[in-house]
Amino acid sequence: MRVPGAFPGAPGASSRGQAADVTVRFLSSGDAALVVEFGDRIERRLSEEVLRLAAQIRRAALAGIVETVPTLRSLMIHYDPLKTSAAKLKRAIEALLGAKGRLEQEARLWRVPVCYEGEFAPDLAYVAKKTGLAPEEVVALHAGQRYHVYMIGFLPGLPYMGDLPERLVLPRRVDPRVRLPPGSVAIATTMTIIYPLESPGGWHLIGATPVRLFDAQLPAPALLAPGDAVEFEAIDKQSFAKVRAAVERGDYQVPHERLAP
Amino acid sequence: MSAALKVVAPGLHTTVQDLGRYGYQAVGVPVSGALDSLSFRLANRLAGNDDNTAALEILYQGPTLEVAADSLRVALAGGDAELERLGEGGRSVGGWRSLRLTRGESFRVRGPSETACCYLAVEGGFALPPCLGSASTYARGGFGGFGGRALQSADLLPLARESVVERAELALPQPLAAARDQTIRVILGPQADHFTDAALALLLDSVFRVSKDADRMGLRLDGPQLVHRDGYNIASDGIATGAIQVPGSGQAILLLADHQTTGGYPKIATVISADLPVAGRRRPGDQVRFAAIEVEEAEALRRAQEAALAALSASFVPAAAAGLDHARLYDLNLISGVVSGHE
Repeated sequence: MRVPGAFPGAPGASSRGQAADVTVRFLSSGDAALVVEFGDRIERRLSEEVLRLAAQIRRAALAGIVETVPTLRSLMIHYDPLKTSAAKLKRAIEALLGAKGRLEQEARLWRVPVCYEGEFAPDLAYVAKKTGLAPEEVVALHAGQRYHVYMIGFLPGLPYMGDLPERLVLPRRVDPRVRLPPGSVAIATTMTIIYPLESPGGWHLIGATPVRLFDAQLPAPALLAPGDAVEFEAIDKQSFAKVRAAVERGDYQVPHERLAP
Repeated sequence: MSAALKVVAPGLHTTVQDLGRYGYQAVGVPVSGALDSLSFRLANRLAGNDDNTAALEILYQGPTLEVAADSLRVALAGGDAELERLGEGGRSVGGWRSLRLTRGESFRVRGPSETACCYLAVEGGFALPPCLGSASTYARGGFGGFGGRALQSADLLPLARESVVERAELALPQPLAAARDQTIRVILGPQADHFTDAALALLLDSVFRVSKDADRMGLRLDGPQLVHRDGYNIASDGIATGAIQVPGSGQAILLLADHQTTGGYPKIATVISADLPVAGRRRPGDQVRFAAIEVEEAEALRRAQEAALAALSASFVPAAAAGLDHARLYDLNLISGVVSGHE
């Protein structure tokens, strides 16, 4: 079977303006998952609400919760219906939402090397043309921004990062590619992503990273976590080859530092 | 020599599974695990194992295996699949039972033909290191289970035990009904409000059919087009197993164990946890009907199902030497309370 929705995400409209008070909706997804939805748009502020609730739930260690999945504007809570119920869980979550705490997640800032040259960037010319920018300007804009990791999904370790500089916002490709190499760095709508595994995909490829984003053999298999910050460092093909070789030897660490909560 | 189960012929898609890999969905790792957790747990219980012991999930066509251990106890559960001893005096001993075999013996899993899947548990389980806390195979990601893939000929599956003691072999007093025409119960949402009233009515009033596009990730359903109210893109959100996702084509996809953790299409409804095993065993061509219930009812059904499973496990009988007369039992149409819930 083809991957349902072979193209990650379908981020809706982005808004960075001041929004009214966040209205929280509880939605059941069957009897083993509850969605706490903070809105229907992609906004940093909503993402932070999502991450704050995930952290509160982790600390509260509520009975019956199996795991939580932060997404762009909602938190999915997977639970064991034999140990709790939708009604109990909803009451407990409402209490947590009432107790506004600081976001105390330990976030990290990662500096991910990306080669924006030649075969690594098959869509760079197209993106330049569509945006009316020179290719170097596209690269400078993409690499000149600090991104927020909204969520990991679609594939193991695939980060949805935003927000893109407004001048780089484009719809997804009309014809998705059947196969993209791992490490492909792509943009569409207000987001940028990195494909961790070979995958089909409909985003515009403007670069590639030699870094490994997912390794099932590690206890923490994904490099990035929701809430992390990412900056891209433009590297040339020679550096790409060097870093890739080091990654394969197990001799490379992506530069990163802790961010104060 | 270390004990192993040797793969003579792998079957169509035979993988090592347990009850799932939890705790990594936030980093995009699907839960995986048995499609039909009820049959999976019964296989383990018949083999004398804990419920979550790694076992083989067999899709559509069973493997042929050879015992490379002093002795081994297997148990087969699922649909109409049967264990067939090969070699001299070889014959079918039926399914839904355990069986002790000794070194050099070969056996085949015949079927399943009524259901998509069946389960072969071995007493003590396989000696496979867990990956991210689970033995489940996630073939698309290439990890878990045996080498992160479906079994191939000549694979040697390491066994946790070199030998097993003789005891009375156990069987279910009657096979669990495949329930191929049971209505699958859903809770509407999480994005039912993204669909027209007509689409919601069609979901609950139509007969869908499982298409050929059916695998561990999900079942694409043939049936009426379910029309979205206002476009088919949503900001990606979480996906629960059993979610019925409707992409732009309007064709519903019922998502199963290996489904992606997040997605950007609206989910019109979600199959209740008690009915996931029934959904997981549906085959291409099978009919699917949906009925909507409330979450409290789904929770009660799930508790009833656990109680029925416990009662069923307490009712294991010694497996008759000649095997069970399955044809007669199917004729009696003894539908187990485990899957029928309180309907």
